[in-house]
Amino acid sequence: MTKQWLRSLFILMLSGLVLAGCASSGTQTEPTEPAVEPVETTDTTPPPAPPPQVSAFDANGNPYVPGTQRLLARTFYFEYDRAVIGPDDLSSLEMHATILRNNSERSIVIEGHCDERGTREYNLALGERRSDAVRSFLTSAGVSPRQIENVSYGEERPEDPGHNESAWSRNRRAVVIYR
Amino acid sequence: MTRIRRFLAGYLGLFALTAAACAFAAESLDTIIIDTGYDKQTRIAVVPFSQGPEFDGLQQMADIVGFDLARSGQFAAMEMENMLSFPTTSDQVFFRDWRVLGVEYLVIGRTRVGISGNLEVGYELFDVFNERQMISDSKTALRNQWRDVAHRISDEVFEAITGISGAFSTRILYVLAKNAGAPNASYALEVADSDGERARTLFASSEPILSASWSPDGRRVAYVSFEGGRPGIVLQDVASGAREMLPRFTGINSAPMFSPDGRQLAMVLSRDGNPEIYVMNMADRRLRRLTRHHAIDTEPSWTPDSQNLIFTSDRGGRPQIYQLELSTNLIERLTFQGDYNARARLLPDGKHLVFVHRRQGVFHIAWQDLERDDLRVLTATSLDESPSLAPNGTMLIYATQDRGRGILAVVSIDGRVKYRLPSSSGDVREPAWSPYIDVLR
Repeated sequence: MTKQWLRSLFILMLSGLVLAGCASSGTQTEPTEPAVEPVETTDTTPPPAPPPQVSAFDANGNPYVPGTQRLLARTFYFEYDRAVIGPDDLSSLEMHATILRNNSERSIVIEGHCDERGTREYNLALGERRSDAVRSFLTSAGVSPRQIENVSYGEERPEDPGHNESAWSRNRRAVVIYR
Repeated sequence: MTRIRRFLAGYLGLFALTAAACAFAAESLDTIIIDTGYDKQTRIAVVPFSQGPEFDGLQQMADIVGFDLARSGQFAAMEMENMLSFPTTSDQVFFRDWRVLGVEYLVIGRTRVGISGNLEVGYELFDVFNERQMISDSKTALRNQWRDVAHRISDEVFEAITGISGAFSTRILYVLAKNAGAPNASYALEVADSDGERARTLFASSEPILSASWSPDGRRVAYVSFEGGRPGIVLQDVASGAREMLPRFTGINSAPMFSPDGRQLAMVLSRDGNPEIYVMNMADRRLRRLTRHHAIDTEPSWTPDSQNLIFTSDRGGRPQIYQLELSTNLIERLTFQGDYNARARLLPDGKHLVFVHRRQGVFHIAWQDLERDDLRVLTATSLDESPSLAPNGTMLIYATQDRGRGILAVVSIDGRVKYRLPSSSGDVREPAWSPYIDVLR
């Protein structure tokens, strides 16, 4: 307990007034410098500058899994009639949040999609719930709402045009598109 | 037109009757009668109208009328091959010729070019058993209103015999989609006659189009277009094609529906973070928010008096139909059977509802008597959606699937008459049956 308190205090001191100011202003958290990442050290000297990094994005502007040349997953699938993010997708979304926090000039569109079952207008609303689920995850993780736009396409843009369970499972999705 | 005549199987049994009159416009919808439902159909003979060489290339008017009546399910139209005589004027009619064939009603007619160059059509309807003339009328129209004249005659004949207004002089609005979801996707908002003929494109886009509906005077349509990558509500004049996009708000802008009095447009906006029902006053374009609930509220439509909205909401946990009274904002739940009831439309009597109903995981169109709470499933197809009623309330058109293709289908409100309107051009969906349209007046 005490140790954690001390660590928090240390981080707060490190990040200085910028972070303190933002924390008190609530939801409008500004993207912060990479240097504020908590580091396991008791040394008071600032952490060493990060090694010169290869680009975090590919030629199309899509992010890599940090530290790799592997593209980060940008499509997240949902259960039938549900808008809850699957537990397996949380780590990918955490990475998106980090990338967006560290690249505040980048913005995304989150598309929400449904399978064809059910009415088109209801699915438009359900698709919005799915894109909203991703949005609130990212904003809770500190991404500025100004970096995010939501669009629901309902069932209008299937990934798989089939009419069976496997097509439907591929069509119930939220897609993060980097602009 | 020869195909129609060949397949008009007379009154011995109209089963799986096909009339693919697509020789005139490749993009038109085909019409395939699946089930006429009634044991005893009214037997009618529509004799080929006199039709001179100046009308070459136009479908025989009697075929258009006969097929209209056959599609209603209530009539069996006699094949030309079975007729004993071909009268075109009253003095040529010998009732016994028709009585021996068991024909109950007879329609004859004449077409000619009038002095002004217009089309002139005269026709008579006879009650064969009572040897009585029921209608004798003539119509003047532009030459290109050939089919309009035929549908008007169908309306009048239908009403004179059944007592119910005919709804043949109506149109259907629908979305034609090709390669939906693929990079080369195309979407078109089409309007066709109620028999699927004379289809034309009102608006085409590479982005989705949905939720098309008519203004009560049939002159304008409202729909949702994703042009520019975001949904927006568009109003479009049918005759001129002029389009107006309403101001687009963040999030969903969708489900536009004119009130029956034409003064208001109901819609769904999620600009405040959640899909809610709004009503826009058409005169000053002012918006009023009607629902305030964290649930999904969508698919508004009106009661015939323009005083209430019915809509879909999952505020009870699952989608169900609710009614909202505009003067009080009081909300009442209307559907209780099943765990998915959505996109309801009221019949013109205001007492019956049709909607999408899920049963054992399959989506059908259902009908409900609001007073007796009696629910009936009308369709046997699957993935059925978007029911839209004919203005006389006797039939509804909806979207369904046939072997993986999106098609339109029509079912009578008693579930007995069924026909399908597939398109050879792509997937068709989101049908909206127009109000009465009288282009001849």
